[in-house]
Amino acid sequence: MSAAEVSVRRRRGSFGRLFASEVHLVFGRRRNQVGLLVLFGLVTMLGVALKVSAMRHPGDRGGDLFSLVAGNGVFLGFAGLTIEIALFLPLAVSVLAGDAVAGEANLGTLRYLLVAPVGRGRLLVVKACALGVGALTGAVLVALAGVLVGVLLFGAGPLITLSGSQIGLGDGLLRLLLAALYVAVGLAALGMIGLFISTLTEQPIAATVATAMVSTLLWILDAVPQLDWLHPWLLVDRWSAFIDLLRDPVFTDRMVTGLWVDIAYGAVFLFAAWLRFRVKDITS
Amino acid sequence: MSSAPPAIASDGLGKRFGRQQVVADLALDVPKGACYGFIGPNGSGKTTTIRMLLGLVRPDGGSCSLLGEPMPSAAASVLPRVGALVEGPAFHPYLSGTANLLRVDAADPTSDPATARSRVGSALERVGLSAAAGKRYRAYSLGMRQRLGIAAALLQPRDLLVLDEPTNGLDPQGTREVRHLVAGLAAEGTTVFVSSHLLAEVEQLCDHIGVMREGRLVAQGPLAELEGLRAQRFRLQTADVAAARGVLSGLGVQDASEATDGLAGSLSGVEPERIVRALVEAGVAVRGFAVVRPTLEEAFVELTGEGFDVSG
Repeated sequence: MSAAEVSVRRRRGSFGRLFASEVHLVFGRRRNQVGLLVLFGLVTMLGVALKVSAMRHPGDRGGDLFSLVAGNGVFLGFAGLTIEIALFLPLAVSVLAGDAVAGEANLGTLRYLLVAPVGRGRLLVVKACALGVGALTGAVLVALAGVLVGVLLFGAGPLITLSGSQIGLGDGLLRLLLAALYVAVGLAALGMIGLFISTLTEQPIAATVATAMVSTLLWILDAVPQLDWLHPWLLVDRWSAFIDLLRDPVFTDRMVTGLWVDIAYGAVFLFAAWLRFRVKDITS
Repeated sequence: MSSAPPAIASDGLGKRFGRQQVVADLALDVPKGACYGFIGPNGSGKTTTIRMLLGLVRPDGGSCSLLGEPMPSAAASVLPRVGALVEGPAFHPYLSGTANLLRVDAADPTSDPATARSRVGSALERVGLSAAAGKRYRAYSLGMRQRLGIAAALLQPRDLLVLDEPTNGLDPQGTREVRHLVAGLAAEGTTVFVSSHLLAEVEQLCDHIGVMREGRLVAQGPLAELEGLRAQRFRLQTADVAAARGVLSGLGVQDASEATDGLAGSLSGVEPERIVRALVEAGVAVRGFAVVRPTLEEAFVELTGEGFDVSG
């Protein structure tokens, strides 16, 4: 049978098949599984630390998020997102982004994907979607870990909002899910920066380190008061705004602006990655 | 002569990396159905040429086409009909052979997911890897990796196979098997383009040959024709070197060089019997005269200038 007799038309569902293959590859990798365990473990550590502290100083309750955990385990989900949003979640996304293109280039598998032929734009979109899934998994896992560990250690019940009012458990869990989704969008935007960097090198570690450095640098810039004119333009500036979900009524202004900033960063860097990857000589 | 477009054609194809001109002014012509051996020393630009043909590297100049369609613009419609092994196999180390092939298959938007498992199975069987199909790639030996690379090229029925050094790392038995496999595919009508720095391999397998030297194609054509091009040389044994040289240049044989006990050089189209008669008539003491036809190997060394050493 000659290949000419075989259809060379694109089949329906081929994108889904490639996407499934990519997700399978990312989550099947032992290192990434360990990474998820680490994200989970950090929330557990935080929960245990707060439990020990609560047992030592019963009744000593401030008004901040960490003190609220002692009253209701569901708050550990929010607290977990708060402690992991600056370093650990961005690091996890950086690792995935480093692998995305540079990892395939480093193994040499990139050339075989391209002669398959995967299509450069199609591959980039699949990689971007997989990074989105990775970001979502990380954020949701941290929130979920918070609920599991928190409820186990502190019990569950209605939540006291930062505004002092009380909301039901279901409402609280829904707000936690929204917080995780909001964090995931920001992380996905960082993932697009990482994807762009990943198209510049054949060394996954270099791409990972560079992406993590970009994230850290943005956090540092965001913490320098003298640069307050710059802050609204920084990707990470409104990442912590998910805490507004714990106000009553929910304060959405910062989050909406934050989402637009995330989307703008994501679009610009995905486009930059495409401009670079489209013409790149694959010599690996 | 059929009017079918050549399986591979290029015109003025060139690539420069930094200051180095890696490939220059390449005019490949691989007829449909041919088994084409692309030979040249390491570093002569073979792999870069293959990368340009497959759309991995953008040429700085010239054009190329696969199966009559321009590359890289027609990559999406042409490459599903092309199987390729480029610069050795490359797979994910922590996936099994089967999982790796399924991933490559998933990358091709034209492949049928319903038949993926059976196609992967038969590709593995074809290269003798069925027993190791479930093993992780990292546990594969060099030869098994090479076979898996070839299996990836055979996931679909192909019109053209581009195999870069397909027997690299294989033991003699494996080399024979791959040669047999490639010969079988060529016999089925698949055009095969195989690069190698091993002339013996290409000589046994191919009916067409292209010879690369420092980024340029120095010879190309049917193997039989190229053999005919092998310049006939003579060896003259004489003590009378100076006189002999005078006679030879009188006949138009210019480039004779001093050999151990006489002269040697290209016949330059002059009949040997004329040379011998002229030498004897001029009173040169001829002890021996022989016409030597170089082996293909020697012709190759002559064409590439440097044999099998690395090109700079």
